[in-house]
Amino acid sequence: MAGFLLSGDNQGRDGDTLQRTLIGAAAVAAAAGVALYVGRKLSGAPEGPLLSDAPASTLRGGRKPDPALVGRTVTINRSAQELYDFWRNFENLTQFMDNVRSVETLDGGRSHWTIAGPAGTEVKFVSRITEDQPGRVIAWESEEGADVRNTGRIEFIDAAPGRGTMVRATITYDPPAGAIGRAVAKVLQREPNVQARRDLRRFKQLMETGEVTSSASPSGRRSEDPTKQYL
Amino acid sequence: MRALTWHGRHDVRVDTVPDPEIVNPRDVIIKITSTAICGSDLHLFDGYIPTMRAGDILGHENMGEVVEVGAKSPLKKGQRVVIPFTVSCGSCYFCGKQQFSACDNSNPATTSDMSETLYGYPMGGAFGYAHLTGGYAGGQAEYLRVPYSDVGPVVIPDGISDDQVLFLSDILPTGWMAAENAEIEPGDTVAVWGCGPVGLFAIQSAFLMGAHRVIAIDHFPRRLELAKQLGAEILHFREVNVREALWEMTGGIGPDACIDCVGMEAHGLGIDNILDTVKAHTFLGTDRPAAFRQAILSCRKGGRVSVPGVYGGMMDKFPIGAFMEKGLTMKTGQTHVQKYTGQLLRMIEEGKIDTTFMISHHASLEDGPDMYRHWHDHQDTYTKIILKPGLEKGAVQTQQEKIHEPA
Repeated sequence: MAGFLLSGDNQGRDGDTLQRTLIGAAAVAAAAGVALYVGRKLSGAPEGPLLSDAPASTLRGGRKPDPALVGRTVTINRSAQELYDFWRNFENLTQFMDNVRSVETLDGGRSHWTIAGPAGTEVKFVSRITEDQPGRVIAWESEEGADVRNTGRIEFIDAAPGRGTMVRATITYDPPAGAIGRAVAKVLQREPNVQARRDLRRFKQLMETGEVTSSASPSGRRSEDPTKQYL
Repeated sequence: MRALTWHGRHDVRVDTVPDPEIVNPRDVIIKITSTAICGSDLHLFDGYIPTMRAGDILGHENMGEVVEVGAKSPLKKGQRVVIPFTVSCGSCYFCGKQQFSACDNSNPATTSDMSETLYGYPMGGAFGYAHLTGGYAGGQAEYLRVPYSDVGPVVIPDGISDDQVLFLSDILPTGWMAAENAEIEPGDTVAVWGCGPVGLFAIQSAFLMGAHRVIAIDHFPRRLELAKQLGAEILHFREVNVREALWEMTGGIGPDACIDCVGMEAHGLGIDNILDTVKAHTFLGTDRPAAFRQAILSCRKGGRVSVPGVYGGMMDKFPIGAFMEKGLTMKTGQTHVQKYTGQLLRMIEEGKIDTTFMISHHASLEDGPDMYRHWHDHQDTYTKIILKPGLEKGAVQTQQEKIHEPA
């Protein structure tokens, strides 16, 4: 093809233009190929044992043990014990967990949870404490028969002296309909990642300021109530 | 109540909206007595700030009288208060360091996602400034809900007029912090881009902090005249080549500190600004940083650049070479208002700072849309507008012997 284009004197102007266009396109394609190759090379997951000191939730796709692993850390200007004590009383969680409708404490470290799911659905499960270290860790997992199987772990880690406590939530969950369910939930903002981020933020607000921050205020939008938080 | 609401680019209306209510225990409700239109409101007016929603109430320079008090507010009904534009909780790490505009709690959990995505970390809350900063209603209205009222509001003693203290809400501490960020040393020459209210306060603050000379740059004669009244030397950037002028006026050294009080919508004659304008209007870019670039290129070696001007997005052609090779220091940020209000109120009471000289107009809330238009189109004569819900429609009072004409 190129040989055909390059041969002969009778190509004229159009031939030159076409030739230049093709050479240009080839150059762009080659550059894109190189970029793709270099990008792959650079971003490819290294083999072997993990070197990084970061929590597992920050691992890239290739190294993440479970795609449904969600993690989020927030620093709160309170002692680990104080935060643990508040959290350990599960009924308190409805004060800042937006989608938790109710938590009812049962016997034997078990509790019954009702959670708002996407599009008006409700998710109910019984959760059982699997690890409880006062002032340090609370972990749980859902019992058999949960609508959404899930495990969670809250760690209370001392930050630098005088800088409060890092609260780290690590959650795994098995959503109905797997990846599609996750995508739908994300669009509807009920996805655990979004929810965990916002819940921890509200937990911090409540612990540090005594109230959950609200920008509820009037506007010219007739359908909105000035005492409710929108967005 | 009546309120000024934003409905889109160059579309501000007076609407009847519901009254605000106490939502949280630390809230108060104030009845607005004075609320100014800020230069940064023009960025909203021009549609440059993302996350505005039609119907949002504008206004972040507010003061008024406490009329309702939440269960955990220390304020009392009847107190006159100036409200910092920054909403700050007072108990997070950042508030503890007096970095109030970086408050980690005042942006609600849902809205803070946006700034986290855009800037890496969530921004603090602010009144009347889009949902990126929390979506709080502004105070260009009859009433305002003030959260965390034990942290922000400045109680004003009797005998001081609204005009004297209103600017504690934003532009006075902003000008002051701009000068503080310029780390002025005795003998310094300080160049200030933009002689709007923040620039004028930065000039005053720079002199109070020991600047030997201040050189002010603008293109509105009236604003330059106000700068001159404060003791600054002035440059009209359509008359002179600013960089050459600064070189010559400082004997080839350059200003020791440069303060950009212009921000993202700079006017300017350079090819860079023309390109930036084209890009902004075709949605290929956001900020037009002509003044900022000039400040970095003009600053002396080892000098300081202070940026109180508002920027929101991405910048092209940041002169990183000049910045690095000259060893400049840059400080910027939304103002930590609560850090400065006590000190500045005392200075107002002692007569050390003149806060009223730049006020050109008082107008009613009902005349607000007209006033936005003037503030945008007639920056030479409208140097600062204060809206007073107590005034009747059409009762526009001009200071500085200027005449109001309907927009």
